[in-house]
Amino acid sequence: MKKFDYTDKKDTRSGFGAGMHELGKTNPNVVALTADLAGSLKLDAFIKDFPDRFIQCGIAEANMIGVSAGLTIGGHIPFATTFANFATGRVYDQIRQSVAYSEKNVKICASHSGLTLGEDGATHQILEDLGMMKMLPNMTVICTCDYNQTKAATLAIAEHVGPVYLRFGRPVLPVFTPADQKFEIGKAWHMNEGDACSVFVTGNLVWEAVLAGEQLAAEGIEIDLINIHTIKPLDSEAILNSVKKTGCAVSVEEHNILGGLGESIAHVLAQNLPRPQEFVGTKDTFGESGTPDQLLEKYGLKAANIVEAVKKVMARK
Amino acid sequence: MEIQQLEQIASQVRRDILRMVSAVNSGHPGGSLGCTDLFVALYFEVMRKKLDADGKPVFSMDGKDEDLFFLSNGHISPVFYSVLARSGYFPVAELATFRKLDSRLQGHPTTAEHLPGVRIASGSLGQGLSVAAGAAFAKRLNKDDKQVYVLMGDGEQQEGQVWEAAQFIPNKKLGNVTAIIDYNLAQIDGTTTGVNDNRDLAAKYRAFGWDVKEMQGNDMADIIKTLKDAKYDHDVPTLILMHTLMGYGVDFMAGNYKWHGTALNPEQMANALGQLPVYAGMEDY
Repeated sequence: MKKFDYTDKKDTRSGFGAGMHELGKTNPNVVALTADLAGSLKLDAFIKDFPDRFIQCGIAEANMIGVSAGLTIGGHIPFATTFANFATGRVYDQIRQSVAYSEKNVKICASHSGLTLGEDGATHQILEDLGMMKMLPNMTVICTCDYNQTKAATLAIAEHVGPVYLRFGRPVLPVFTPADQKFEIGKAWHMNEGDACSVFVTGNLVWEAVLAGEQLAAEGIEIDLINIHTIKPLDSEAILNSVKKTGCAVSVEEHNILGGLGESIAHVLAQNLPRPQEFVGTKDTFGESGTPDQLLEKYGLKAANIVEAVKKVMARK
Repeated sequence: MEIQQLEQIASQVRRDILRMVSAVNSGHPGGSLGCTDLFVALYFEVMRKKLDADGKPVFSMDGKDEDLFFLSNGHISPVFYSVLARSGYFPVAELATFRKLDSRLQGHPTTAEHLPGVRIASGSLGQGLSVAAGAAFAKRLNKDDKQVYVLMGDGEQQEGQVWEAAQFIPNKKLGNVTAIIDYNLAQIDGTTTGVNDNRDLAAKYRAFGWDVKEMQGNDMADIIKTLKDAKYDHDVPTLILMHTLMGYGVDFMAGNYKWHGTALNPEQMANALGQLPVYAGMEDY
């Protein structure tokens, strides 16, 4: 297993904030919007330096999505920001009609996704957002894994023309991806070569998958580890090339197994290369209050669960 | 353009609406007829548009340096399509494709088919005022001094998002927004007062910080006067309660909510078209 070193731990939302500040300097068309969560989305630096291009919408997410759609008509690139639950479920129809169907260049940027939001509990812990967003025609869906990848993705989506859902989170995670990376939308990141089992992982759980890979390697099992940061469009080629080699797959995500990354992968495999697959994700359930670590453990999203899933699927080969 | 000439165009637009809806036995003629005079006034007289050397409108999505119009109550698409075609955005003959397979004239307006003149999809109600707010904000950022018009239904005022936008627009001092409510007191299930009373809309908008005006929406002279005389305050948006009759222009339809989403049968069509003359220089599509 390749070694992934890190010297620092940061939250992914700060990577978003840093990306926004850089975009403020480099792209005069970028406008930031929020619904009373500017601090949580780490927009402070952007607001300080580019106050005219910041729109505080107050607690009115539906209006924020519509305003964003309208801004694109004048040539601007709105980044609409709030917690993942309020950025998707609360405003699904607004996104569907005014953004996706209307083909508007709106970037919906969502922090505090998944269980690792922690103590706030199930009302805020959305585990269905990737599914809702990937079902929308025209929508690009991205879920990032550390500070650097989130920052790089933030810069990349400003260059991409079309609606994007960018999902990140609150937990503090090792910063293990390169600071100078170029984020390629739709191109999976092949993290480790192995032939025992393909592990496809997205978002906050990528680090857990690295830990799982190390544990498995110590037992002589080398996984083919692939970070799927773009849920849609999905890098089917990377998925098929890997599974051709390994003959089995595990998908890992901080999301309901219904509608998430795992289902997208299963769809590709079922159509092209039917092979056994195991799903690490939440099992059609809401979350609850707790520390991020306690929740990952209770809902089966830790490295140990990935190790177990790999062994189980290998036995099914 | 003279008032009389605008009224003659309105007569032709009303014929288009009835024929479009009748041809597919589906669509929303009532609100379309009620708002015809407003659409004709906006597109033939009031709005400042980009024109080519022949005086034909030139459509660009960004709409920079021109007035913009958004239709929030997208179900009155027949009047929108007819007026866009009659004012030169696309061929009038295309009106015959309304609501048919592979048409650019979808049941509710969409940008997906790239129909010139349409900048946002609408149909799911309550979203247009927010979109207009964004477009108006963009104009401010672009130092573009033109106006953004948006039309909503009065039944649509029951949607919560309308009030999110109604609060946002005055707070952001978007004086370049003119919102118009089709105040016909009718919606698909009955009267607005009976279904879910909007109560005093003028007082509500005033309390939110709007400059509220009233206008007779089936009186061309009053529409032109109200819209052209409006001296827009830089910081204060304008809300116009536009009194109309659903189904205006056809005696047996006027004022009756039952024509919200019902097409006419052949006998009714003959009667209705008989009330709407074709004037010199115009013809049915």
